[in-house]
Amino acid sequence: MKRCITSALGVAGLLALFGHAALAQATATDPSAAANVYVNAPHNWQMWFPAAGSPMMEKIDWLMKFVLWIMTGVVGFVALLLAYVFIRFRAGRNKVPSTVTHNTLIEVIWIVVPTLLLAVIVIPSINLIYYEADTSNPYLTINVTGHQWYWEYSYPGVAGGLDYTSYMIPDNQIQPGEIRRLSVDHPMVVPAGKKIKFVITSADVLHGFYMPSLGMQRYAIPGTNLTQWTIIPKVGTYYGQCNQICGVGHDAMPIEIKAVPLADYLNWVKYAQANYQ
Amino acid sequence: MTATTHDHSDHSHEAHHQKGFVERWLMSTNHKDIGTLYITMAVIGACVGGVLSIIMRQQLMYPHNNIITSGAAWNAIITAHGLIMIFWFVMPALIGGFGNWFVPMMIGAPDMAFPRLNNMSFWFLAAGFVFVMIGLLLGNGAGAGWTLYPPLDNAQYSPGMATDFSLFSLHLAGISSLLGAINFIATILNMRAPGMTMHKMPLFCWAILVTAFLLLLAIPVLAGAITMLIMDRNFGTSFFEPSGGGDPVLFQHLFWFFGHPEVYIMILPAFGIISHVVSTFSRKPIFGYLGMAYAMVVIGFVGFIVWAHHMFVSAISTDSKVYFEVATLVIAVPTGIKIFSWIATMWGGSIEFKTPMLWAIGFIFLFVIGGATGVVLANAGLDQELHNDYFLIAHFHYVLSMGAAFAVFAGFYYWIGKMTGHPYPEFWGKVHFWTFFIGVNLTFFPMHFLGLAGMPRRYPDYADAFAGWNYVSSIGSIISGVSTLVFFYVLYAVFTSKESLADNYWGEGATTLEWAVPSPAPHHTFEDVPVIR
Repeated sequence: MKRCITSALGVAGLLALFGHAALAQATATDPSAAANVYVNAPHNWQMWFPAAGSPMMEKIDWLMKFVLWIMTGVVGFVALLLAYVFIRFRAGRNKVPSTVTHNTLIEVIWIVVPTLLLAVIVIPSINLIYYEADTSNPYLTINVTGHQWYWEYSYPGVAGGLDYTSYMIPDNQIQPGEIRRLSVDHPMVVPAGKKIKFVITSADVLHGFYMPSLGMQRYAIPGTNLTQWTIIPKVGTYYGQCNQICGVGHDAMPIEIKAVPLADYLNWVKYAQANYQ
Repeated sequence: MTATTHDHSDHSHEAHHQKGFVERWLMSTNHKDIGTLYITMAVIGACVGGVLSIIMRQQLMYPHNNIITSGAAWNAIITAHGLIMIFWFVMPALIGGFGNWFVPMMIGAPDMAFPRLNNMSFWFLAAGFVFVMIGLLLGNGAGAGWTLYPPLDNAQYSPGMATDFSLFSLHLAGISSLLGAINFIATILNMRAPGMTMHKMPLFCWAILVTAFLLLLAIPVLAGAITMLIMDRNFGTSFFEPSGGGDPVLFQHLFWFFGHPEVYIMILPAFGIISHVVSTFSRKPIFGYLGMAYAMVVIGFVGFIVWAHHMFVSAISTDSKVYFEVATLVIAVPTGIKIFSWIATMWGGSIEFKTPMLWAIGFIFLFVIGGATGVVLANAGLDQELHNDYFLIAHFHYVLSMGAAFAVFAGFYYWIGKMTGHPYPEFWGKVHFWTFFIGVNLTFFPMHFLGLAGMPRRYPDYADAFAGWNYVSSIGSIISGVSTLVFFYVLYAVFTSKESLADNYWGEGATTLEWAVPSPAPHHTFEDVPVIR
């Protein structure tokens, strides 16, 4: 698992260098350019989660490993039992079958032991549920609205207001340094290291606000507001995609979040108010 | 257990030969003929659903691919693949097919309790298949996914009649299942042979009984939900329309109150078949019979109170998540009882690795893998990361495409001799198993990695970073497709075989009543009531 993550970081780093060089010119005036130093995007032959971009994702990563190791143990145990049975009790070797059909002790064991394993899983798991639900005291709240087929981001707390749309860059307009199917025209920009609360809804059909590297996901449901939160400690660019079928453009409404230093964020707000709306 | 007299059965054999094709197959009241019709339906459903899946995998073989150029066509294909594989492959194969064929025989009944109702069940399903195909092919097609979530499939976002046809196809399939369930319950509760107490009843009958109760309680909820959807689409109601005071989340609750029991509807009959096959080829009675039977009852019961684990990232409260997570994890315990009891059945046995046994072993191992990822997904905190991505796709194909489908093939190889009177070619059966085993694992195992990397489901095109594992997966689907051709050769070999089989061609391990009658089973199984023990 560790090796997967280090290789993930390595590839992401390469991507970041490449992206930085290419974008430097085009976005010289964009205050969010600092986020180009680190790009957290999927890479080919990836076998594990993205590198955790938020404390929430770190916890998810930890619990996933914890549960998966237990379950790997269970699968391995069953596989060993099956292998033993096939070798020891194949017809060629064991000609006369036994007639045993009951053993109360073993039947109690295979009820009690799995129950205990589940209890071991449940305790950290329930903690994680409450951790994920804690949207209290955010530094910044962003309203996220899903549309067919783009996202709308509004920053209700920002002086002067900020509300803009974010479309995927079409395949035939991809510039060097952008990622096909993941890069957008106007990314969401947030201050790094601050708690951000998202209020998620939809203007038409269901959508899914899914940020794998931040460990966030909620449906965008018309008539309902769902909340999520994150803290992104590391300045960089993070990607996600719509994850609830929403019509023919379902695969064409990615999410791009740039975490930048607070000063850059404040500059970006003015920049976005002038250029995005 | 006693056999019927062969004279009688030969006589009745003659009787049905006098029926014309139309009378025998279109007006059938015989549980075996209706079972055969259901199995035929399942073969057709599996072919259509399978071809759709190969088309999808071809499209996903490379990023930016051009096999399916329209998003609407793509969405229609994913919707039809899901609906057809569930309602027109797995259910007719396991419940209508093997259930009809073998439940009456196993309990020593002459036929199902309501033969004409039985016929009606089948034809509702056949009509439903026509409707779902219209839903796939008409106009832009019905493209809201098999979960049918509004608002995407309301009149505004899915105009045209295709979606209505798909919804009505579920009504027809639902009526079919409901009538079938009533029939099975009446048959199993009332028509068991003297001496066949509930606690002596074969596990496949237990499985079908529990499944029938699940259908009886779940299908009406689906029927209500899709009726409301049809009303929203066509008659201006707003059950699921926020602008009219409705709520899309209500549909999700109703759908999954049906949808979660539905997954057990598909897997419990599979559990039943696997028990018989494991016991037969280990030449041992099933270990912990009562535990096995009541584990299924518990799974069926708990299956009704876990539905919102499909909605962990939708609108449910934090405390509800805790409840639904814990309730969901509880299901792992009775499922563990089943797995360990199968292994204990083999323990000390004299195991023969004939084709049905290979499928059963494949089922047990792959179902454990699917169950393990199920425990992962049951954690609401982890589901927030994994919901609707390819990890989920991998999970439910491990329990269905490898679980339920492997049990269908186990049942096929186990009983095809009893149904046709001819043996299957053992060599080609094994070739079918191994190619399919490799194919489906190559298809679905890499999907775990894609999901962990964050690839969402229902995408016709994806970021280039997902290309590698998608390519491997598509190669796997081609292998599974070729494997299915081997299966068709096996079918051909069975139907052209000149060999005939003894009553009990599996030997002493096979102890249920269907092995006490000739192969093929006579048109009327028991001319005299068999007496048990």
